[in-house]
Amino acid sequence: MHVSEIASGDIPPLSGYSEDQLDKAFAAISGEVEASSAALSTPEAIEAFRLQWLGRKQGRLKAISDAWLKSAPAEARKLIGQRFNTLKAEIEQRLEHASSSHGAAGLDAEALASKRIDVTLPGARRQLGAEHPVIRTQNELLAIFARMGYSVSIGPEVETDYYNFESLNFPPGHPARDTQDTLVIAGQDRKPLRDRLLMRTHTSPVQMRTMEQHPPPLRIVIPGKVHRNDAADATHSPMFHQLEGLCVDTNITFADLKGTLDHAMKELYGSSVRTRFFPSFFPFTEPSADVQISCPFCGGSGCRKCKHSGWIELLGCGMVDPSVFEFARLKQPAYDPKKISGFAFGMGIDRIAMMKYGITDISLMFSGDLRFLEQFA
Amino acid sequence: MKILTSWLREYVPGIQASDRELADNLTLRGIAVEGVFDLGPDGSLFEMDITTNRVDAMNHYGIAREAAIVYNLELVPLSASCNELSSRAEAERSEAAVEGPAVSAFPVSIEEPTLCGRFTARVLRDVKIQPSTGIVAERFGLLEQKLISNAVDATNYCTLAIGQPTHVFDLDKLEGGIIVRRARRGEKLRTLDGIERTLDPEDLVVADEKKPLGIAGVMGGWDSMITADTRNVLVEAAWFDPTTVRRSSKRHLLHTDASHRFERGADFNAPPVASALVSRILLEAGGHQIGALTDVIIPEVQARTVKRSPIIFSLGEVRRILGPTEDPEGITASTAETILSGLGCTLAKNGHTSPHPAGSAPSLDPSRAVIIESVHSPTSDPQSYNVTLPSWRLDLEREIDLVEEIARVYGYNRFRNTLPAFAGSVVELPHAEKEATVRRTLLALGWTEAISSTFCAAADAALFSSQPNSAVPMGNPLSEEAGMLRPSLLPGMLSMLLLNLNRDVENAALFEMGTVFSGSPERVDEKPALAIGATGNPFTEAEVTFYDLKGTLEELLGKFSSRSLYFDNLQLPSWLHPARSARAALDGASVAWFGQLHPAEAERRKLKQTVWIGEAYLDRLYKHKLRQPVICELSRFQPVQRDFSLLFPNWTSWGSIEERLRSLELAELRSFKPQEILREGKAIPAGHFSLLLRVVFQLQDRTLRDDELQQFSQAIVAAMESIGGKLRT
Repeated sequence: MHVSEIASGDIPPLSGYSEDQLDKAFAAISGEVEASSAALSTPEAIEAFRLQWLGRKQGRLKAISDAWLKSAPAEARKLIGQRFNTLKAEIEQRLEHASSSHGAAGLDAEALASKRIDVTLPGARRQLGAEHPVIRTQNELLAIFARMGYSVSIGPEVETDYYNFESLNFPPGHPARDTQDTLVIAGQDRKPLRDRLLMRTHTSPVQMRTMEQHPPPLRIVIPGKVHRNDAADATHSPMFHQLEGLCVDTNITFADLKGTLDHAMKELYGSSVRTRFFPSFFPFTEPSADVQISCPFCGGSGCRKCKHSGWIELLGCGMVDPSVFEFARLKQPAYDPKKISGFAFGMGIDRIAMMKYGITDISLMFSGDLRFLEQFA
Repeated sequence: MKILTSWLREYVPGIQASDRELADNLTLRGIAVEGVFDLGPDGSLFEMDITTNRVDAMNHYGIAREAAIVYNLELVPLSASCNELSSRAEAERSEAAVEGPAVSAFPVSIEEPTLCGRFTARVLRDVKIQPSTGIVAERFGLLEQKLISNAVDATNYCTLAIGQPTHVFDLDKLEGGIIVRRARRGEKLRTLDGIERTLDPEDLVVADEKKPLGIAGVMGGWDSMITADTRNVLVEAAWFDPTTVRRSSKRHLLHTDASHRFERGADFNAPPVASALVSRILLEAGGHQIGALTDVIIPEVQARTVKRSPIIFSLGEVRRILGPTEDPEGITASTAETILSGLGCTLAKNGHTSPHPAGSAPSLDPSRAVIIESVHSPTSDPQSYNVTLPSWRLDLEREIDLVEEIARVYGYNRFRNTLPAFAGSVVELPHAEKEATVRRTLLALGWTEAISSTFCAAADAALFSSQPNSAVPMGNPLSEEAGMLRPSLLPGMLSMLLLNLNRDVENAALFEMGTVFSGSPERVDEKPALAIGATGNPFTEAEVTFYDLKGTLEELLGKFSSRSLYFDNLQLPSWLHPARSARAALDGASVAWFGQLHPAEAERRKLKQTVWIGEAYLDRLYKHKLRQPVICELSRFQPVQRDFSLLFPNWTSWGSIEERLRSLELAELRSFKPQEILREGKAIPAGHFSLLLRVVFQLQDRTLRDDELQQFSQAIVAAMESIGGKLRT
């Protein structure tokens, strides 16, 4: 056996290549590693340790490799290589341990403090677009009625006089037509009255259109845009949105209408809300009713929003007038008012949205003013 | 309408309730009191909102009748006499006396018997026209009703009291008897408001033998009106056909207290009572009646109003329509009888030959006696009735009308709240999920939803129509700027952007989903559309560009399944900048146009900043299914990224580079993108740009070899060179 002639740095030459001798030599180095890793308490010390052992040019591991591995006879290389790798793993493990325990123990609070950020500065927000308050309210209402078994039905915004008025029991020349000032399409004068085109004044025509298509039982809600020839003010717009409902089956009663709307309003405004019904008049329902809900803002004790009455009028409704069924029956014989009955209701989506969000001017909703719309983001 | 409680209480003595309780009780029964104003010792003033079907309740006596039902009290009967005769006798006499054209003191002739069912005339001589005094002046003061003269005030008082419009003529201005006829073509009449009107042959007029004196049921004439010099008066109280009055009122844009009541159906039995009331007030200042009351009745009209056939009413129908009440007993026969007879109906139990006395004493107005008939009902429902209807309720015609009356008087809030059983399923609209996806995607990408007007100006309609002359004009537009149905959402989008810029909101990204219209007066087509509009820097610190819009559309259109999606700048609409805009085509069909608003348009609209807009045809988009994600197996093998720095002549489009790369059909080419484009800089020759092309290679089943990668790279460089590219060194 001969000893390596090339001793590198302060790496002692190997005394021999037996496993015993190798173990002893590596154990000595391992002891050295342990000793030099005892004080790894600062990032600087850790870095020094890393350089001391793993440095690519002056690291001791490199020196060991040069001194012991490279000059070893081929048959010993495997044995040395194994021990070398174990040593390297040990050094890396110690380094890793030192770095992580250094962090977890917060050993250098000062260093951490130097990285302080101002958490009160605004977040980097990636802004979503804002949902329109009318659409948002409409979706909420549709979801409530969907849970009660109501499908959605829609219809055209430009209607014929027949669907908007006549089939809903507004006969030609009837004073009830005065309550819904109508925007009409040009060039209709020569047509028979029932074929004349107009902007629908309510979503109710879709009741008739749906009944003509589908026999009872029927449960539908109809959201949509409607227009009236009304002067605009804070609470009126020539364009607004309605949600209409229709339920037809055998034995549908006024009590069912009351229960349905009471339930829907409780879903919308919370279970403590109460409803009360007042006689009203709509040509296409009989009996007809206006519905008030106890003010959801003050609980009924009176506030600005309910004009100190404790109640807010929110919808119109009634039992479907038999003459409306007679019109539906022209296309669907099953709508025999002697055998079936039904109720219908309608509400202003814009009005509900205004109430919900405290909007005092309806025209803001149709202006596109971002200062307003952004508040719904 | 204003109502004095002191006046009401005179008609129904004995109401114990306070005015406020009375207001609540009336409101709960559909006689809505909107406001209660305390008048101190004079009781209260009610501000009423009476529904259009209840003309009978648009006066003090009508509301008193409702109060009498609420508290089950008697109504004070009205007198139909000027001379304190018993009202019943007078009513009977007037009914018995005249059938057909009347023979009477003052000649009245009805030439249009279907349009004027009853006409009463009373002559008062030596009257004194002077300011009103006493109760009339007092009540008008409380109601803030203008006082004119005792004669005119008497007619207004009568309308307020019992709802029957009346008219007073200066008798000495009349030439011959009264003729109720249609106007002659071109005939002129100066009405009481001082306006000379040309009458229409459809108008019904009250005339003398020479000239028209007034538009029947709408307004009297100027020449025969009461003046301070009037000595002799003719009092008119009549019943006119609702439709005729309504048409005249609309034709002459004259909505009066009289027309409002006549067109809703007045009480056929009221004219003698009204005539007496007016005459009594006028005679208080002096004068006397000459001759008997002329009362012409047209039996055919009487048969349609007062003597209508009874209707069948059953308790079974009440239960079927109304359902259960809180009170387990529900609506009993006696409850229904009390309510209906209180309203003035006469009930005969089915099969009985004599009228059935109602459960409690009916609060009937004897002067408006209803005709009691024995009828034979065809039904055998033991709880069914033949109901004779009161003359003042022409709105009651069918069984359901009586069912409503039962519910109304019984109280809506005394019915239970029940939920109906349901055996069906909820069906989604065919496009609901697609519409929701479009909205959700745009919101998530930072666009805010807005809603704009359905109408636009004619110039905008022409500019933004997809086909010429297809925009639909309005017949009675809200304003000139709203003369057309919008053919596009863009006019609205541009005005919203303008509004924001004018309010110093400089960063905006808006979208609208709505209906657009096209067609003709014959047929209007409606289609769903989407508009987007952006300006400033709404998304990031950088100003919005074409590519923000394109990216949004790529994201949005990518939610729908298609074989191809491409963008080009063919057939751009005139509202877009010709060099900074594009069309998006899905499977070859145009679905959207977008880009910079044409600078000339922007200037015309005074837009202070560059505005980017676009419109998508949602109907075309919705023809595509929503894209269903399909999973691609993840490769276990490392992808390899390679960058190529290339120089291209300026006219080379990314589209052509992309196309050339795809034509290589390299399966290993997983993805590629333009990592960086520099249009100028050192080492970029004029007329060229530099492109850093980043490509990624990957295989599913093994690692790529160096020689393969080299081969691919060479293929890419060669391909780029074939379209004018050059590898930078």
